[in-house]
Amino acid sequence: MEDFSDLLEQLYFTGSHNAKSALIIDYLQRTPDPDRGWAIAAMAGALRFDFFKRNAVKQLMLERIDPVLFEMSYDYVGEMSETVAHLWPASASPGAEGLPSLGEIVTQFAEAKRTDVKPLLTKYLDAMTAAQRWALIKLGTRGLRIGVSARTMKQILAKFGDTDVAEIETLWHGVAPPYSDMLAWLEGKADKPDISEEVTFHPVMLSHPIDEKNLEELQPKDWQIEHKYDGIRVQLVSTANGKALFSRTGDDISPSFPDLLQSITEHCVLDGELLIMHGDNVDTFNQLQQRLNKKKPPKKLIESLPAGLMVYDIIADEKQMLTDRTLDERHQLLVRFIERSRSDRLHLSQPLQAKDRDSLQQLYARASDDTAVEGLMLKRKDSLYVPGRPKGLWFKWKRQPKLVDAVIMYAQRGHGKRSSFYSDFTFGAWQDDVLLPIGKAYSGFTDEELKKLDNWVRRHTVGRFGPVREVAKELVIEVAFDAAHPSGRHKSGVALRFPRFHRIRWDKPANEADTLDNVKALIES
Amino acid sequence: MHPQHWMSVESPGLYCRPADLYIDPMKPVALAVVTHGHTDHAMAGHSHVYATDKTMAIMTTRYGEEMAESTQPMRYGESVMLGEADDPVRMTLYPAGHIMGSAQVLLEYRGSRLVVSGDYKRRPDPTCLPFEVVPCDVFITEATFGLPVFTHPPIEREVDKLINSLQVFKHRCHLVGSYALGKCQRVILALRQAGYHKPIYLHGALIRLCELYQQHGIDLGKLVPVSEIEDKSTLAGEIVIAPPSALADRWSRAFPDVRTVMASGWMQIRARARQKQVELPMIISDHCDWPELIQTIEEVGAKEVWVTHGRENALVYQATQMGFKARALSLLGYEDEQETG
Repeated sequence: MEDFSDLLEQLYFTGSHNAKSALIIDYLQRTPDPDRGWAIAAMAGALRFDFFKRNAVKQLMLERIDPVLFEMSYDYVGEMSETVAHLWPASASPGAEGLPSLGEIVTQFAEAKRTDVKPLLTKYLDAMTAAQRWALIKLGTRGLRIGVSARTMKQILAKFGDTDVAEIETLWHGVAPPYSDMLAWLEGKADKPDISEEVTFHPVMLSHPIDEKNLEELQPKDWQIEHKYDGIRVQLVSTANGKALFSRTGDDISPSFPDLLQSITEHCVLDGELLIMHGDNVDTFNQLQQRLNKKKPPKKLIESLPAGLMVYDIIADEKQMLTDRTLDERHQLLVRFIERSRSDRLHLSQPLQAKDRDSLQQLYARASDDTAVEGLMLKRKDSLYVPGRPKGLWFKWKRQPKLVDAVIMYAQRGHGKRSSFYSDFTFGAWQDDVLLPIGKAYSGFTDEELKKLDNWVRRHTVGRFGPVREVAKELVIEVAFDAAHPSGRHKSGVALRFPRFHRIRWDKPANEADTLDNVKALIES
Repeated sequence: MHPQHWMSVESPGLYCRPADLYIDPMKPVALAVVTHGHTDHAMAGHSHVYATDKTMAIMTTRYGEEMAESTQPMRYGESVMLGEADDPVRMTLYPAGHIMGSAQVLLEYRGSRLVVSGDYKRRPDPTCLPFEVVPCDVFITEATFGLPVFTHPPIEREVDKLINSLQVFKHRCHLVGSYALGKCQRVILALRQAGYHKPIYLHGALIRLCELYQQHGIDLGKLVPVSEIEDKSTLAGEIVIAPPSALADRWSRAFPDVRTVMASGWMQIRARARQKQVELPMIISDHCDWPELIQTIEEVGAKEVWVTHGRENALVYQATQMGFKARALSLLGYEDEQETG
């Protein structure tokens, strides 16, 4: 555990990718199984269970400190694990007694009875240094963020085993921590693990936003043009061993959509957009949201909001993987697959036709008016299915966001990297001479602007409610958002989809910001 | 008379009415007492200034001989009488342990005693006398690190981190961000005490203050201005100290394979260190940590505690829990996270 904590400490303060990679490879070379495998899983966010809940950590802490001082500390530090790491009463000689190995700690928590978890955690927190406490809490709540993404970890593993990162990608979701079989293969001590019949997620291919230059250069005849549907991107996997629906990041969301999965009987891996569909009609994203994150969706909900899949691509059929075929070929296979499928929930994403750039512009204009879609997708017809975000193959061309001028009302400190900066803003629109909050935004500004905003908040605070600062109603921001929906939960009666900063209007007087009626006029029916 | 009737917060700073005296004012005033030489406490342009002789020397070094119309250096424990002769305020300075020359201010008026701590710490510091507990009715304390998450480790441990890093990264130039006054000299002394006797290289902004310390008998060992080094690649594996603002500046680009180090109490919060792109944070502070703030409030034993400079809320709350009457004094002009931490 000491080694793991030291590694995290070094990684945390190391900026360069190469230096991080070198530190991790060094750790993998000198650390035995299963410790190194658990470390990989923890850093890549691939641990499959929490050792303990954040709330359990908080409760233990509150048995040891005044709750008011805890809240003030947490607000200042901006991060629970570190707050607890510092506040936990130190033993006389922290870190002096040797700690068990990382593997032993993982096993102890995995096998602990519910009632044993807190005493176990307390025992270790007592014996640790602040840095080790931080490592344990991050590990146990799966909150480790040290600038090593799953993708980076795969690249590091490829480097460690002197192999191609694509090999790791295809294997990744078919192997489980602590990865002893995969590590043995990477060290040349065993064969590559066989995962062909596993119901696993295959990393998806993503697109880049299109820019003017791309648009000017492309020849429409080389590109497959489709609608960009407004649902969530998913992957449907069906093999002899089972079926599953994955989000584009590989989270298994099968339990929320039994109706869709039940309809599938063929062996396949499909890439598509999950939507609420009444026959061929696409319902709104708002409706889809009602079905997300429901582990046991009620029957009535399933019947009133049936799930469908708008299929974009086919990654494997009953015979083989198709990732090394061109999009043209895959599309032919997909058309035939859907024709033959017994499922009534699969819909083909129909390619749109544009003979030249003018007609492409017209397609875009029409897609921008269509509330069921978010814009267009442009995919090279000769593109192979390349996991990740390869350059120049697929583009998304989203419709222009809607804009309103709103007034900043409240600000809150951010977390993690933005700890200490006022970076979360509530903004409002005018109803007569009163501002009503219409949303919150945390993004869309540069680091430079963030500093200016933070400074502005500190100098314009007119009230404090715990961690929230109320500010003078003076600063106008142009808020961009994807859609406006009616909402019963907000006093203003409107909810914005994905609001973010578009511009800060340092120059604009607050009384010239938009009225609530202006905002409501943007609600789509 | 209770100090609440003769002390107030005005726009230049903390004000003692019967003496017409400001403590660490941030605008030019007629009569000022300056607790120590950091720029957020000491400014040029007052008519008449009281301070310790060392603080005067620091102000003269920074602002020149013209820094005030007239000055009156004071020794620790020495008193002056201010205000009306038949209704005087007696002012006395005591050591604060913060940096060279730093002082607390005791004000006595109509039978009550008030102490302004200025900035202070309780750890040993070879560059100044230790903080002296001065009994009083009202104690005005700073709260720069006034949250229980702040517990400063021993300076020896932090300096060891730097010395170890020099052994691991033999070819990297270790660029240490450190406030020019107090912190810089303390870090150098701690390095010398840990057995580091190579020359230490300095950014131009630190040189005159280091010289001043040396004139006052503090041996900092061999110091070399970076500007005298023609071939900057020879700084590989050496220690260069610079003000924090210079770390990310173009100035630092000439050095070979820089490892960014920072000496500050703020370095305890890892996200703060990351935001400044610090690779090696050293938690070294010239202020009290939380346990020391509480210890001091207890030892001073004033019935009333006024809290300023920093995270007032938590310390006010804590002092109230301990049975003291406590309130926050909001002074303008003090950034809540300046580089003097």
